[in-house]
Amino acid sequence: MTSIGTGYDLANSIFSPDGRNFQVEYAVKAVENGGTSIGIRCKDGVVLAVEKIVTSKLLKPGANKRIATVDRHLGVVYSGMIPDGRHFIDRARDEARSWRDTFKTPISTADLASRMGGYMQAYTLYQSVRPFGITAIVGGFDSTEEAPVDGEVGSGPACGAGGKVAGKTHGGPFLYMIEPSGLYWGYYGAATGKGRQAAKAELEKLDLGGPGGPTLTLEQAVKEAARIIYVAHDDSKDKEFELEMTWISGADGPTKGCIGRERLSVGEKALDEDEDEEEGKEEKMEE
Amino acid sequence: MDHRPQAWGRPRDDVYGAYDASYLQSGGPKTATQSPIVTGTSVIAIKFKDGVVMAADNLASYGSLARFTDVKRLRPFLSTSVVGFGGDVSDMQFLTRHLNELAIDEAYEHESSPTSSSEDDPNAPPAGQLNAANLHKYLSKLMYRRRNDFDPLWNQILVAGFDSASAPFLASVDLRGTTFTSPSLATGFGAMLAQPIMRRYAATEADAARLTREEAVKVVKECMKVLFYRDARSLDRYSIAVVTKDGVELSEDEQLERQSWAFAERIKGYGTQTV
Repeated sequence: MTSIGTGYDLANSIFSPDGRNFQVEYAVKAVENGGTSIGIRCKDGVVLAVEKIVTSKLLKPGANKRIATVDRHLGVVYSGMIPDGRHFIDRARDEARSWRDTFKTPISTADLASRMGGYMQAYTLYQSVRPFGITAIVGGFDSTEEAPVDGEVGSGPACGAGGKVAGKTHGGPFLYMIEPSGLYWGYYGAATGKGRQAAKAELEKLDLGGPGGPTLTLEQAVKEAARIIYVAHDDSKDKEFELEMTWISGADGPTKGCIGRERLSVGEKALDEDEDEEEGKEEKMEE
Repeated sequence: MDHRPQAWGRPRDDVYGAYDASYLQSGGPKTATQSPIVTGTSVIAIKFKDGVVMAADNLASYGSLARFTDVKRLRPFLSTSVVGFGGDVSDMQFLTRHLNELAIDEAYEHESSPTSSSEDDPNAPPAGQLNAANLHKYLSKLMYRRRNDFDPLWNQILVAGFDSASAPFLASVDLRGTTFTSPSLATGFGAMLAQPIMRRYAATEADAARLTREEAVKVVKECMKVLFYRDARSLDRYSIAVVTKDGVELSEDEQLERQSWAFAERIKGYGTQTV
């Protein structure tokens, strides 16, 4: 980096003359060293997966979760500095809760992504703080059905809550990725961390976009996510890792609209196949 | 001499003239809920060998007015427990929202836990998740605290589910924070009218452990019928929940069946009868 030593990388609140915020760019470097995280938005749900690098044999297998539940229908996974990610999740939970306090209804994935994007962006503005060293992937399933208001006592009007357009679908699976700059986009499939290049290449091969929406089902996506984490893993850099995964479907799917509630038998099987191919690697399947 | 306590420590009117109280605050002390406003009547529950059955009608009364007739007073918690609310409906609403927060907190810790659901029993709740006994303890502390603030939540609550030894659990807490447990429990009018009937079937824990699910449901339905006959703040539409190890089965629109009002003819002494 030629700009090092010019003084423009010492603080957040100063642009370099060519219009860059170096602190943010360094934060992106921190992300690029973290274990790979991916998210897949499929026809009937969202899958989140992370390559959790095992830094010590003294750590309990399966402990120290990397994927977090933010609300019943929302999950977050991130690559980069783990303490930053923990704080990000604390904040996301607070946002989800205060949304419920105010509106008596669950926060939509888009609104959470917006609020968390704003939160991360605020950490690029001030001298007194540094940007988040994480890129977070937010996945959720917004209810497609008439959801009861929190704490409602009766059944409400028989015609439903209103505000819905006939013939239009409401809710569904959503996936967002938020970068250290606060930038966030909605994605069909998202990857970040060390193995993001390989993971993105694999994600692009899947049928996730298209005019009719993704054809990939949740069960297939779980298999693919597990496979992609293995493909993106670089044996020469890290020997040991655990695969951590979660998924969410709509109310009519296996998780009943709640993140990670149900084990998918296909997930376990897909992993067994992977394990045969990738001998000698530790892997652990979680809900 | 004016002996009324209000006059104690005040200048005597007969000596100093009428006391000018205009500078005193007229608001009186801070008051909280003095009485419930919109209320639900009895909640009844009985243990059986594999779990607990609970029922409550779907009515919220405004005084003697049957104001709301589709009120859900049985609330599942984490699909392992049921909480039934008698008493003030807005306090029930506050508590259900609070319990909803609590359930989401639980999801942070347990829903994605690898130690959840032991291999042999996929339906078992995640280890360490709040069970009904924990929930009842929590609610009792909450109710007692609010009582001590002189701002009680005007409810009597039944909590049904399982304790940490996976045995059926049923307990009550009221607006004073009083707790008790029994093989069968009822709140409000049900404590007088339904409890004796339920005790006929489950007087002791041993009796309850012999009761089948069908018998328990039958007893509860019979009690709901008696309550509708004799409790003027009740309704013939009710909710019934069965908690077993497999989860909570909640039906929120049941109708009382096979009513017989023949006994009513023999009731004398009310209204305009001239006997």
